Amino acid sequence: MSTDILTTVAFDDQGYLQNPADWTPELAEALAAQEGIQLTEKHWQVIRFCRAKAAETGKSPTLRQISLGTGIPTKELFQLFPKGPAKRVARIAGLKKPEGCI
Amino acid sequence: MSHEENRHMAFICSKGNLDMAYPALIMGWAALGNGVDVTIFFTFWGLDIIRKKYMDKLQLPPVGVAGMRTGMMGVPFDVGIPQIMGVLPGMTAVATALMRKKMAELEVPPVSEFLQMLQDAGARLYACKMTVDMMGLTREDFMDGVEIVTAGDFIDMTEGAQIVFI
Repeated sequence: MSTDILTTVAFDDQGYLQNPADWTPELAEALAAQEGIQLTEKHWQVIRFCRAKAAETGKSPTLRQISLGTGIPTKELFQLFPKGPAKRVARIAGLKKPEGCI
Repeated sequence: MSHEENRHMAFICSKGNLDMAYPALIMGWAALGNGVDVTIFFTFWGLDIIRKKYMDKLQLPPVGVAGMRTGMMGVPFDVGIPQIMGVLPGMTAVATALMRKKMAELEVPPVSEFLQMLQDAGARLYACKMTVDMMGLTREDFMDGVEIVTAGDFIDMTEGAQIVFI
């Protein structure tokens, strides 16, 4: 998959999308590929949940909120999005950095 | 190893009070969320945190907690708690209940559930062998996944790690 799309939008210094309106599913695919992740339906389930939650609350969900909200166990979330699922999903889903600690 | 070694943090839990359990759990969880490897070593009174019988019964005794005020536990009026009050019957139960309630409101899970989350996220939990022997405990006293190791083993396993003593 081409990651050229990544050069057309702006990110902050930690890799979070600057303008949420720039997000598209194609961008998510490219962002995931950049982090070495091939998005499956399960990944999309998490991404959709996070985007819906962020639209509702204005904040990116924390790891525990994602686990409780999607019903996907912590262990599996770490397999889907290794090394820090909440932050990874937020980046791929075009959301802000999660602020909560849990 | 061809690639750079991952950052590793090791927490040593030496106290078994409720307020001394949460720092390691929360910081450990935050570390895992940042892609950092986490090891937690429980020793002395800290063993209660991983003992099946006590993990969800940890308490917050106000005695000896200098500077403790009611406002810290979400009580609307913020007044100091004189140390002499802390020894009165029921004070520990009240302080513990207030803190548990406040933590639940902040979506912080109970200790047992929190430890399971940490293990599911890849944290390794160890009980100090000397303390286990001193207290006459066995592997069965601890939650699943906990391994009993010597202090020397722990030092070996945490070579290069950042150590936080609680």
